[in-house]
Amino acid sequence: MKKFEYTINDPLGIHARPAGLLVKAVKALDSTVTVEKVGGKSAEAKKLMAIMGLGIKGGDTVSVTIEGGDEEASAAAVEQFFKENL
Amino acid sequence: MQVATGKSILNGIAIGPLRIYKKAETQTAVTSGLTPEEEYARFEAARVKAQEQLGGLYEKALDEVGEENAAIFEIHQMMLDDEDYLDAVKGIIDTQNATAEYAATTTGENFSAAFAAMEDAYMQARAADVKDISRRVVNILSGQEDADMLAGQPAILVADDLTPSETVQLDKSKLLGFITRHGSSNSHTAILARTMNIPALVGVDFDDSWDGKLAVIDGYNSCVYIEPAQELLATMEEKKNNDLKQEALLQNLKKKPNITLDGKEIKVYANIGNAGDVGLVLQNDAQGIGLFRSEFIYLDSEDFPTEEQQFLLYKRVVETMAGKKVIIRTLDIGADKQADYFGLDKEENPALGYRAIRICLTRKDIFKTQLRAILRASAFGTVSIMFPMIISVREVRDAKETLEECRAELQERGVAIGNVEIGIMIETPAAVMLADELAEEVEFFSLGTNDLTQYTLAIDRQNPKLDTFYDSHHPAVLRMIKHTVEAGHRHGCWVGICGELGADQTLTETFLRMGLDELSVSPAAILPLRKKIRSLDLSKESEA
Repeated sequence: MKKFEYTINDPLGIHARPAGLLVKAVKALDSTVTVEKVGGKSAEAKKLMAIMGLGIKGGDTVSVTIEGGDEEASAAAVEQFFKENL
Repeated sequence: MQVATGKSILNGIAIGPLRIYKKAETQTAVTSGLTPEEEYARFEAARVKAQEQLGGLYEKALDEVGEENAAIFEIHQMMLDDEDYLDAVKGIIDTQNATAEYAATTTGENFSAAFAAMEDAYMQARAADVKDISRRVVNILSGQEDADMLAGQPAILVADDLTPSETVQLDKSKLLGFITRHGSSNSHTAILARTMNIPALVGVDFDDSWDGKLAVIDGYNSCVYIEPAQELLATMEEKKNNDLKQEALLQNLKKKPNITLDGKEIKVYANIGNAGDVGLVLQNDAQGIGLFRSEFIYLDSEDFPTEEQQFLLYKRVVETMAGKKVIIRTLDIGADKQADYFGLDKEENPALGYRAIRICLTRKDIFKTQLRAILRASAFGTVSIMFPMIISVREVRDAKETLEECRAELQERGVAIGNVEIGIMIETPAAVMLADELAEEVEFFSLGTNDLTQYTLAIDRQNPKLDTFYDSHHPAVLRMIKHTVEAGHRHGCWVGICGELGADQTLTETFLRMGLDELSVSPAAILPLRKKIRSLDLSKESEA
């Protein structure tokens, strides 16, 4: 299992567009990715409405867990995604 | 005549007959005569067709409103692929022996309610999206296609609510404007209306008797007049024609350089007082932001805004401007702009009092928070910092030293910083007289003509009794500007104007002849100013 924390830069938070892109990116991986709002709920990253339902705003910190498959590569890809889009 | 008010989505006028649109109420059976497997297969077939339709809408929107706004239909497609959504539909069909129509409707309502209950206004607005996708599937299942909402006639559409897909499907050549009872100014529908340049009001309590009546949407005053009086109608027609003229000007002048007939170029930037104004800046084709009044961040807060809050705002503006210059003026509070939490004393003469850089240099904690936020945002585009109300070289050196401290602190934290140009406002007679020395310290000057005029003429512009003495073209002020330009250029500084005088077209030629490098004006003044610049020929004798 791999894990990293990330603070959201986008003032709108994980809104529809980046959530959609995240789902797309994660579906291409062979690992299970979970996003947890630190101190709040968590959701599987390939479920669009659940991710949007976390209500993550700009400045919030999320904890992202990557399990199964090529964890090393998946974790790097997901972390890159957050840096570029959120 | 009847008047109703709402929230305006766009400053514009629409005139035409009202057409009330009611969504067809689909009566659906709850219990199915088919097996759950057969019902789910029906749902699945309809879902595939809905995905096709959404793909088509995406293409149409891409064409009409651009990629950014078309993305909503991609999101809709993904929502229709969402595992939780599909599981919920399947669950209802399986456990309640329900029809596909009932299962889709109920699932849509449940998810929509969950979004509506969220704290964030943006997420609340997504409730409409989930309902929209469910309705699309149900319409396909019941063989009902959306009716032509405008019935082929130009009209102002009136509805309880409009979904983004309904908005995109509308025939733009017939849609004059729209009015809805529900919906927020934040919804995708509102965003689409803005992009398509359609006057619209939301939150209007309309009644059915309006159908077919002549009406005027006055987006400037957030109201609609039903069966307007003749005189009002004429006024509105005129306003609308002016808008059209302005629009034509805009289309003609967009992407054209600010260059005189004999080839002299000058930069035209925009003044903004709010992060939300950036849209207007781009719409009016400004080459950059010449004055970003950062005070609004402080005036809108209950307490000192944090570095993080400020950083996010600056970053958003800087990123949206995509590499074009953004000149952020540091805190200019005091005088007529007050925030309670600063705890400033009441002053006899606030214009000459404790304000702007004078606060910043004595309360370094406030100043440094802002400077760090600006430096961090500079990594995301082209940022300049401008210090206001300067009267001495020492102040500029102090401010620059503080900026260096902030830079060092951030570098220690490993934070990325861009190249930041440093400049000052020239708005006191002292700064004009010292322009040569000041120019050695900075890379640009921006003339704040409002304060400069008031301090030079010793005239309070708020006092109507002084109107007869006040002259915005006073030779003393014009000579000060000329002196500043010459001194700046002697030392390699570029010089601009960010006060109201910059938009005064009777002075444009004078400013060009003085050699000003930039004029920064309100977004609406940019294109008219461009037109003026492009009509001038400096090789000919001045007419003035």
